[in-house]
Amino acid sequence: MASRDTAGLGVGRAVAFVSPALLLIGVFLVFPALWTIYIGITDYALTGPSSVAPSVVGLDNFVEALDDALFTNALWLTVVFVLGSAVIGQNLLGFALAWLLRGARPALRRVVEGLVLLSWILPSVVVAYLWIAVLDRDGGTLGALLGSPGTAWLVEYPMASLVIFNTWRGTAFSMMLYGSALAAVPPSQLETARTVGASGWQTVRDVVFPHIRGHVLTNTLLISLWTANDFTPFLLTAGGPNHESETLPIFIYQQAIASGRLGYAAAISVLLLLVNLVVAALYLLLLRRRS
Amino acid sequence: MAGIELTGLSTVYPNGVRAVDDLDLSITDGEFFALLGPSGCGKTTLLRTIAGLEQSSSGTVLIDGADVTRLEAGRRQVAMVFQDYALFPHMTVAENIAYPLRVRRATKQARQEAAVRTSGGLGLGTLLERRPAQLSGGQQQRVALARAIAMEAEVLLLDEPLSNLDARLRLEARTFLKRLQRELGMTTVFVTHDQAEALALADRIAVMSEGRIRQVGSPKEVFQRPRDTFVANFIGSTPMNLLSAIVREGHLEVAGTRLPLPPGVQLTDDTAVTVGIRPEYLRVDGGGEGITGTVSIVENLGVTSLVTLECPDGALVGLTVPEQDEPAVGTTLTAAPEPGRLLLYDGETGVLLGS
Repeated sequence: MASRDTAGLGVGRAVAFVSPALLLIGVFLVFPALWTIYIGITDYALTGPSSVAPSVVGLDNFVEALDDALFTNALWLTVVFVLGSAVIGQNLLGFALAWLLRGARPALRRVVEGLVLLSWILPSVVVAYLWIAVLDRDGGTLGALLGSPGTAWLVEYPMASLVIFNTWRGTAFSMMLYGSALAAVPPSQLETARTVGASGWQTVRDVVFPHIRGHVLTNTLLISLWTANDFTPFLLTAGGPNHESETLPIFIYQQAIASGRLGYAAAISVLLLLVNLVVAALYLLLLRRRS
Repeated sequence: MAGIELTGLSTVYPNGVRAVDDLDLSITDGEFFALLGPSGCGKTTLLRTIAGLEQSSSGTVLIDGADVTRLEAGRRQVAMVFQDYALFPHMTVAENIAYPLRVRRATKQARQEAAVRTSGGLGLGTLLERRPAQLSGGQQQRVALARAIAMEAEVLLLDEPLSNLDARLRLEARTFLKRLQRELGMTTVFVTHDQAEALALADRIAVMSEGRIRQVGSPKEVFQRPRDTFVANFIGSTPMNLLSAIVREGHLEVAGTRLPLPPGVQLTDDTAVTVGIRPEYLRVDGGGEGITGTVSIVENLGVTSLVTLECPDGALVGLTVPEQDEPAVGTTLTAAPEPGRLLLYDGETGVLLGS
């Protein structure tokens, strides 16, 4: 067995080097998570007697959540949001862009990549403001372009708007990831497919996809988790109208801040964490089965 | 089966490089044809243009009399085997071989039959369920060939077919390829930078340099009568001796000695020429007029040895001798060219004289 002290520092100094990082992780990640779990089993509130002296209520918050129509609604909307904008939207659009830009002239490719990246690197607040300006009922850019002012997109089609918004917002990551994944597909295999007369779809299915399956799984995992936990939709619709676009992060925020039910919100957070863990475990299982 | 006709073919890259330069070439039906040249001579571009993987800037490509210049690669009836074989790693050998049929949506049974039929003749019958990663280099190459054959194309193109094999396997594969091509009778074009490979395999060879064809001919013609000094230099395992000479009084003044002019060559005095003579065509025991020099280096080639003579004027002349006649370093030798084997090239243009 190899020596435990491979860097030759001595255990004491090695621990000293690692401890600042461990301390930060502990303070900002582990402790809040444990604290959330603790709050989740209390009736801690923003105001009133239980804000001063919260009492432990056991699993009451969790039981209540499973019975709460608003929670079920938020869970369902989160699933729709993740499937629509991440698993389908960003994944397909990102791959399509990467695939089409492969053979494009360098200048064209740089312009398209730059534009797509721009939507990704802009701060959420700026982006949300831009989209409100585009989708606004009075004088919105989309209404003006379509010649049909008066449509309040964010009110009439809140989830559809959010799915399109988040697809636009996050496609850059998938595009870049697939761009580099495609570079790893041997050109001779693509050309073999060409000489035997394979169509574009056949080439993707038979040659490209088997090579980038790992990338597809990793990408889908990452963008699914990011999208499930994304709070930017709040800036566009604030979960409304009438909870129609209230995904779980927004639901948690509304329960905690608007309704002041910190204990209940913490319990929902723990449930969201569990959903994330289940999704991640599923992807890891798929990845392992592949190899 | 089909012949290939290339007319006025040019490929100019955006950076101005003329990879193929106004090239005409005709490959007949069933021929085993080699495109030979140093790297960067345009031979691979030419092969890819025939395959339809690259578009020429001008000129036409005819296959079996039909103009395919603007036709997509998949519709040309051309099969190609790539240098790295390009086997799909996630498919079994059988699936790889039958892939052209899968693209055409053949039934599962038809694909299996094709895989079995094609693999049998190539000695792959027992490997059908394996993955490419579980095969040796030679087996991988045969799978790639089987896949190309399963396409039932008119023309087979091979890009550097032997370069990914180790030296021992290369000889085996060479014999195998030649026999396979004979059996299939399929028009086959291959690219190589290895002159020995081209000489051994091909019915005819096109020697290329800088996007142009320097000489087209049978291996014998290209070896025995290279049309210019480039081809002379490129062909042959031991480089041809190319010595500058001057014509004086019906003789050649070369390497500090005088040699008779080859019969049938009329040159005026003081003409500058290049004398070309292969080391294999110089004889020590021949007597008569020859090139005299001191043995400076002896390289053992197995059955023969390559002897380098240093002539009085400093020129180096190579000749091969049988192993038992190996001279000692430092001795003086006279080597005479075999009759009819001495070639003369124009001193300026390097073109063969009297051809």
